Amino acid sequence: MPRRRLPEWFLLLLPAIIVIAAVVLIPLIFSLYSSFTPYKLTRPSTLWKWIGTYNYEKILTDAKFWAAFGRTVLFLTIALNLEMLLGLGIALMVNKVTWGQRTLRTILMFPMMFSPILVGFQFKFIFNDNIGLVNNALQSMGFNVALPWLVDGKLAMFSIAFAEIWMSTSVFAILILAGLFAMPRDPLEAAKVDGCTPWQSFRHITLPFLMPFIYIAMTIRSLDVARAYDIVQIMTGGGPARRTELLWTLMSRTGYVDARMGLANAMGYVSILLSIFFTVYFFRKLSAARAEIGMGS
Amino acid sequence: MTEVTLSNVVKKYGAHQAVHGIDLDIADGEFVVLVGPSGCGKSTTLRMIAGLEDISGGEVSIGGRVVNDLPPRERNISMVFQNYALYPHMTVRENLGFSLHIAKQDPDQIKIAVDDAAAILGLDELMDRKPAELSGGQRQRVAMGRAIVRHPDVFLFDEPLSNLDAKLRTQMRAEIKKLHQRIGNTIIYVTHDQVEAMTLADRIVLMRDGHIVQVGTPLELFNTPVDTFVASFIGSPPMNLVDGTVNGANLTLTDGTILPIPLTARGLLHDGQAIHFGFRADNLMPIGHAVDEEGEIITLDLTVTLTEPLGTETVLFTEFGGAEVQAKMFNPRPVIPGEAMKFQMVLDKCHVFDAKTGKAIRS
Repeated sequence: MPRRRLPEWFLLLLPAIIVIAAVVLIPLIFSLYSSFTPYKLTRPSTLWKWIGTYNYEKILTDAKFWAAFGRTVLFLTIALNLEMLLGLGIALMVNKVTWGQRTLRTILMFPMMFSPILVGFQFKFIFNDNIGLVNNALQSMGFNVALPWLVDGKLAMFSIAFAEIWMSTSVFAILILAGLFAMPRDPLEAAKVDGCTPWQSFRHITLPFLMPFIYIAMTIRSLDVARAYDIVQIMTGGGPARRTELLWTLMSRTGYVDARMGLANAMGYVSILLSIFFTVYFFRKLSAARAEIGMGS
Repeated sequence: MTEVTLSNVVKKYGAHQAVHGIDLDIADGEFVVLVGPSGCGKSTTLRMIAGLEDISGGEVSIGGRVVNDLPPRERNISMVFQNYALYPHMTVRENLGFSLHIAKQDPDQIKIAVDDAAAILGLDELMDRKPAELSGGQRQRVAMGRAIVRHPDVFLFDEPLSNLDAKLRTQMRAEIKKLHQRIGNTIIYVTHDQVEAMTLADRIVLMRDGHIVQVGTPLELFNTPVDTFVASFIGSPPMNLVDGTVNGANLTLTDGTILPIPLTARGLLHDGQAIHFGFRADNLMPIGHAVDEEGEIITLDLTVTLTEPLGTETVLFTEFGGAEVQAKMFNPRPVIPGEAMKFQMVLDKCHVFDAKTGKAIRS
């Protein structure tokens, strides 16, 4: 009796299936499963105890989680908008530069080349209340203050946002600059002849053309910021007293410090919704903006 | 009243001078075509009139007002660009009304003006489409519509038809001419196509290397070119030019052919002077297939080397005076290459150019 053989297409796909299963599918299923258990890293046997949606219910009523969630959304909104405005400004200025533009463009990308961890350390030093550059500068200018940049809740959020913006504004600048390079010159000249002031040309012609580029940068950066962890972890560690706690610092604390991996995984699944929401939102905007300037949908 | 005056207008790009002191007076309502090979400075000149390029020297005035330092929006001009330059994110209606919207006109009036322009150009069906959904001809029509809604003093056209296919170009050419007859504004039109220049212009300005070579009506340029450049640029096929020298009352061409000096150049040449002898293809016709002509006619025996039948006429290639020249046969019959034919030429319509300067010699 001949042995039944696996179909060829399946055999050919098998290596890919095995790899994907090993690195994506199994961890995903495992984490999803563990979010329904009281899994603690220190007591492995807890993995086999099914507690249904208990973790999720706990999260939904947990003020600390929602504070971190809200803070993340706020952080994301402020950082993205400021980065967009600054990036747009920088791109418009660099676009006007006629000499040394290439060099300038390269310099513009420097912040992106650093590891976020290093940027975090750098700004942790700059904003340090005893030996930091900022306080030192303030004191040399005659302000007899030592502002607690990384201790006060609002100031600490400001400091983190500052570091984040310093590092990533160039993402917007580079993408918007690419948009400016791709922009046809004729419509701008037509607008001049049609009676536009420089501001009107920008508002009615340049900006609509740049919107798709801005939304691409927004999509990329919203994913980045929604998973912001490194800079925050280095600069404040989410503290002091959870004043700068964002979703991912909360999750890593719950999962690795408190060892409550089941709960942390549940948090992860809730907050992934945030990333999905922003991605879908900006992608919609992107398609609309592309259709608007006739790039097809 | 909107006349446009250029006096000694210069354009420099760094050390390179693109336009060398141009003087030109354009009358109110005149259709002037700037024509010349690419790089001759015609587009630069137009863009200086529009205000899209700085003027390096001299003066441009529109309607008696010097506009050198005014931005385009204060010159009351409108311009049609080669690549249409439509606003891609606006519908046809928004494109047409944009300049009025910027000028903060009353929306009801904008609608009237836009509908009016759309009716003139037959755009009514397309009002809600975006430029990406239009064909080349339709886009060009929108670009023209955008120019006319504002009722500007002067229209500037920068090679508006060069992106269109041949058939559409002919059609749009007629539409532009009709438009001019209908609204009667001053038009300055740039093209590299001499047929467009001939068919559209009240006056042609032929440019080369940043200089004006000749200004005149299409027929002036066609019939009395000032030099060999104009002679070979205007007219299709270009004027035949054959080298020769003056020999008493005659011209001796390169291959030894002897011709009497044409009437217009008699007494202006000296013995031994090197010249170019010029004549148009429609002044060399096989006898029996010629258009009746008056004046001093000479007959020539020539051998046809190539034929290009065009229907109502056939262009015949033949050897004359040591050069390949083109002749025209009206009411054509089939001709076999190698056939010897008797040709006639009206000497009075021939041209003599000085070989050194290229300038025409005529009284």
